[in-house]
Amino acid sequence: MAIKKFAVAAYDDEEVLFPAVKKVRKNGYKIHDIYTPFAVHGLDEAMGLKGTDLHIAGFIYGLCGTSTAVGFISWIFTSDWPIIYGGKPHFALPAWIPITFELTVLFAAVGMTLTFCYLNQIMPGVKKHVFHPRQSDDLFVMAIEINNHTPENEVMAFLKATGAKETSVQMAEEGWWYGRWDKKEAYEALNAG
Amino acid sequence: MHLKYESFIREPLVDGDKTYHQVSEDIISPIERKPGRMWYVGFVFSLILLGYGLFSVTWAVYWGLGTWGVNRTIGWGWDITNFVWWIGIGHAGTLISAILLLFRQGWRTGVNRAAEAMTIFAVMCAGQFPIFHMGRVWDGFWVLPLPNTRGTLWPNFDSPLLWDVFAISTYFTVSLLFWYSGLVPDFALIRDRATTKFRKMAYGLASFGWTGTAKSWQRAEALWLVLAGLSTPLVLSVHTIVSFDFATSVIPGWHTTIFPPYFVAGAVFSGFAMVNTLLVLTRKILHLEEYITTGHLEAMNKIILLTGSIVGVAYITELFIAWYSQSWGEQAAFKWRIMGPYWWSYWAMMTCNVVSPQLFWVKKLRRNVPFTFVMSIVVNIGMWFERFVIIVTSTYRDWIPGSWSYYSPTWPEVGFYLGTFGLFFTCYFLFAKYFPVVAVHEIKFVLKTSGDNYKRSMEKLETQSEDEFIHIATTHHDDDHVLEGAGAHH
Repeated sequence: MAIKKFAVAAYDDEEVLFPAVKKVRKNGYKIHDIYTPFAVHGLDEAMGLKGTDLHIAGFIYGLCGTSTAVGFISWIFTSDWPIIYGGKPHFALPAWIPITFELTVLFAAVGMTLTFCYLNQIMPGVKKHVFHPRQSDDLFVMAIEINNHTPENEVMAFLKATGAKETSVQMAEEGWWYGRWDKKEAYEALNAG
Repeated sequence: MHLKYESFIREPLVDGDKTYHQVSEDIISPIERKPGRMWYVGFVFSLILLGYGLFSVTWAVYWGLGTWGVNRTIGWGWDITNFVWWIGIGHAGTLISAILLLFRQGWRTGVNRAAEAMTIFAVMCAGQFPIFHMGRVWDGFWVLPLPNTRGTLWPNFDSPLLWDVFAISTYFTVSLLFWYSGLVPDFALIRDRATTKFRKMAYGLASFGWTGTAKSWQRAEALWLVLAGLSTPLVLSVHTIVSFDFATSVIPGWHTTIFPPYFVAGAVFSGFAMVNTLLVLTRKILHLEEYITTGHLEAMNKIILLTGSIVGVAYITELFIAWYSQSWGEQAAFKWRIMGPYWWSYWAMMTCNVVSPQLFWVKKLRRNVPFTFVMSIVVNIGMWFERFVIIVTSTYRDWIPGSWSYYSPTWPEVGFYLGTFGLFFTCYFLFAKYFPVVAVHEIKFVLKTSGDNYKRSMEKLETQSEDEFIHIATTHHDDDHVLEGAGAHH
């Protein structure tokens, strides 16, 4: 977690954004991230991001649910407290299908959602820097870190040429923090100084 | 020029001239305004109903279930009828959010948020009935497999009633996760727009710090797709298991293999009716007619027609099988359903569920909003009677004529039912005030393909040949990525 300097470009159309992403990457700039108001299909590929393995995690959680249900019920009904219900055998597997299925789904869904929150680093009370208040509304916002390899003047001029509607230089915390949302004043002071 | 092209035969999903910003404005601004008078009236009325329900339930818990009309012959009266009715209503939300996502039905984007909310509130209402039907409700946790000092004595995992516990709690949890994970980006939108300190803080908490990075959207889409894939069999399993409560017994009228599909179809049928009831009102009060269009209502009416017909076929199949089985118990049960002392409930069910949805074959009626509203209520009355018929008219004349009985509800039972309406609408009114009723980010996702103004701008393409289309596309863009999206290479 560190406060860094970012060159920020806001685009108002996906069709300007995609060529811009391509140009930025072609020119060797490293994109910190792109913030969009909705899921823009193909943007991850255009940025060179790998696919997510979240669904594999989901599958593993599901298997945990299946084995928990089968293991727990069969232990109870064959060893811990065997009772004959309705003439069924102690190991009445078909009768356990419903609960086994439900626990599979439950484990997979809860596990995946928690993993999703962990990977994205989101949870109630977490705050992150918002580069543009309209990045959740109608702007597609690209941030590039400014450092020794990417000098400010050069990257800003470049971003303006890619068709950005607005550009700015911002000091921002790259990670997340706990606290109040209105760190606005602090940021304004930071950006002014 | 946008290169996602959708046929003109499909009607637009978003009417009017919309930009991304206008979509946010239309859907979020009602949250930022003070609610209108109608909202207060409705909300207070719901609270009164909820209060009356609480009183009725407290009465029944304090004095015992002897205050209800159920007796030794008819053990499941209004209570379980209402349970099955509410849980069925919930199914439409999952069908819209999950099954229609898997089938890539674009029109779900306008209605999924409200329908999923309805699912969650309906399941909350449904859950109350079996819990309070236990009588000694403070022992309700005995249904959970918890270590205890009586052995440990475990619940019966072979019993459909315990399957219900797992099915309904899983269903509630998964629906909630699916719904809320979709809400997070929209809460972030409200947070970023917020002008007051409190709103910024509240929606800041609710949005989990979402900023909409490319990677998080990628993961979100993976999550939603898998949750949809999980919810689809889940929703089918829930009503299947509810039907097992009846079908695995040996009561004539219940002991039928047709129950699982018949219950699921009936659940979807009543659920879509409830979605229509809510959305006809919501779109009117919040002025969302451009997002929840007549086309949306028509699509749902088509599903009502389909599932209503499935339910009708199931009713007739039941009658046929009763005759064909040559089982006198079955035959007697169905004879008394049709012309016993409860004949009126059977015929109310038949009229509302089998006859009236057939009117939706007429396109004019499918697209008529007031008619849709009336029909949605008729269907829900019919589906309530279906559950009443199954539960009461299968048990009131049992194997021993000496114990034949008749059942009418008492006021605490009726009050309990009204109370769940209070719970449902209290939640729904709060939802309509504080939550984005339409999924903003999903509407933006389909806007350029299915928005009215964007479709109109594509009109000129209709007259072009394929070669011309590709030519124009390639000269306007040097970016081959956009072209891949349009499939113009193929």
